[in-house]
Amino acid sequence: MTSRLPTRLDARFRACAQEGRAALVTFVTAGDPDLATSQAILAALPGAGADIIELGVPFTDPMADGPAIQAGGLRALKGGQTLAKTIAMVRAFRESDAATPVVLMGYYNPIYIYGVPRFLEDAKAAGVDGLIVVDLPPEEDGELCLPALAAGLDFIRLATPTTDDRRLPAVLTNTAGFVYYVSINGITGSAAPDPDAVAGAVARIKSHTGLPVAVGFGVRTPEQAAAIAAGADGVVVGSALVDAVRRSLDAEGHATAETVGAVTGLVASLAAAVRGVARQAAE
Amino acid sequence: MNAPNSFRTGPDENGHFGIFGGRFVAETLMPNILELEAAYRAACADPSYKAEMEEGLKHYVGRPSPLYFAERLTEHLGGAKIYLKREELNHTGSHKVNNVLGQILLARRMGKKRIIAETGAGQHGVATATLCARYGLQCVVYMGAVDVARQAPNVFRMKMLGAEVVPVQSGSKTLKDAMNEALRDWVTNVRDTFYCIGTVAGPHPYPGMVRDFQSIIGIETRAQMLEAEGRLPDSLIACIGGGSNAMGLFHPFLDDPSVAIYGVEAAGHGIASGLHAASLTGGRPGVLHGNRTYLLMDDDGQIAEAHSISAGLDYPGIGPEHSWLHDIGRVNYISATDEEALAAFQLLSKLEGIIPALEPAHAIAKVIEIAPTLPADHLMVVNLSGRGDKDIPQVAEILGSRL
Repeated sequence: MTSRLPTRLDARFRACAQEGRAALVTFVTAGDPDLATSQAILAALPGAGADIIELGVPFTDPMADGPAIQAGGLRALKGGQTLAKTIAMVRAFRESDAATPVVLMGYYNPIYIYGVPRFLEDAKAAGVDGLIVVDLPPEEDGELCLPALAAGLDFIRLATPTTDDRRLPAVLTNTAGFVYYVSINGITGSAAPDPDAVAGAVARIKSHTGLPVAVGFGVRTPEQAAAIAAGADGVVVGSALVDAVRRSLDAEGHATAETVGAVTGLVASLAAAVRGVARQAAE
Repeated sequence: MNAPNSFRTGPDENGHFGIFGGRFVAETLMPNILELEAAYRAACADPSYKAEMEEGLKHYVGRPSPLYFAERLTEHLGGAKIYLKREELNHTGSHKVNNVLGQILLARRMGKKRIIAETGAGQHGVATATLCARYGLQCVVYMGAVDVARQAPNVFRMKMLGAEVVPVQSGSKTLKDAMNEALRDWVTNVRDTFYCIGTVAGPHPYPGMVRDFQSIIGIETRAQMLEAEGRLPDSLIACIGGGSNAMGLFHPFLDDPSVAIYGVEAAGHGIASGLHAASLTGGRPGVLHGNRTYLLMDDDGQIAEAHSISAGLDYPGIGPEHSWLHDIGRVNYISATDEEALAAFQLLSKLEGIIPALEPAHAIAKVIEIAPTLPADHLMVVNLSGRGDKDIPQVAEILGSRL
């Protein structure tokens, strides 16, 4: 991807690097718990300290997600969330924020059913910067990855502890924007990662690529985020934010006056922790 | 679409049957899937693996299963001559054990000590628990909470065999959710765990591998029919959830154009009601559980809940090779309702002294419909894929006579 123009993702990682710190990547599920509240959360994330936003596309059968994100997706679907509405959320977000990168994260079937060419066109036009599609490994690059790159959308691949040096080149080929290192063998929001092992893995990946490496799965607290931030270009927090949404709901599962603040409050404390840690390794 | 030279060459090296199949899994699982594919290929080339399989199928499973002429059913229907392939006589009571034996022997070769499985009706779970007991392997079976309730006898059997049965509370609490949870377990315990998938679905190499293990059904049927009648059957019929018993019967006959083939999906309350499990009849191509195949879903690509009286057919997808055979027209896919299956369940019990599982009762239901329209010299084989003991409490409740 040598010929691509600088993107929002490139600019944001570069800016964070210049500040000598990791980027805070926040995941929230689109439409959770309802469209209006979710749109308000999205709009408030940059101000709370999110550097990059991963917007989860709800799916009925999220095979790589733990209970928190499964539940968030089901809340959103129950509220009538669709892929078209999720793309529209990004379009609305872009009216007030032209700089914060937004990456859609989810599973392939809703995109496949929407239609790949139409999806890429609509997502690009709405201001989406990249895609993370959990169930599309390099073996299926022809489905979405290559068309996405051709359409000017970054395709961000997951690397995992099982991705050894032999396989890593296959994973990194056609990856753009950044590499998402899954810090544990497991589903989202489960075991806590070991910061030392993660730093070693990040260094291993960086010996194969010039792309930034963000680390996620299992990072829940400001303390954990700070520990991971010391050895990575970005820290992803998802389940903890989706849990914060859940805890703020009323007995019927509806948003309350607390919901947006519950998420932004946690993001602010995560941002403070990440900003307080200097990167160990220079670029 | 032009017919290929052979219907039996799939999948290609990327696991595709036409546009169907593939490897749509999280990166965490890819090294495992590639390892499994290599191990299976090596095993197929190893005569000792084949010998071990044959030994197990003969002395532990009890193969060959009989091809039985159903004389009274034939007389009653007054048309085609009906043979039952008696897979319900296998050890553990269904065809599922054919595949599990192959996978467990493979897991042993790969040095995996922990086996996980998903199950719907519980037949695959029981077969997996059985072979794990036989070989001293740890066994965890994921089963939707709804299925745990309606298939209580099998839950008890699995526990008796030493397996841990995990009731799955997510989603529709049936087979698809059990498969999600098994995949989550595999992602988490990827290094030491072997995922024993129960049907011809999932990421490559599972669809082709499970088909290979189940093809013993069709291979035997072919030889047995030649011995009994001196010629091939004229038609084959089998029920389809994921489609492993059907694929096992069909595959060895796909290149015999004289053999008509019928797959029977579960129509639940009727296709028009929307409450069914007929992925081919009522669904469209999508991606779930590692493969592209026909799925029940809404316009946003969200997977719909399947509905069937039979827990083993209650799945919103189908094996990718069936999707391909459907699109190219080699196999005729039809469907039977809950009501038709219940009637067939009772009819076969009374006429032949064989209580079928609710799954193959769907195939019997279509035999009841099709056989009378055919001449007496038409040879029809129906796969009696499982026995109905597990369904007795549920059927008794529906029929209103508490046992």
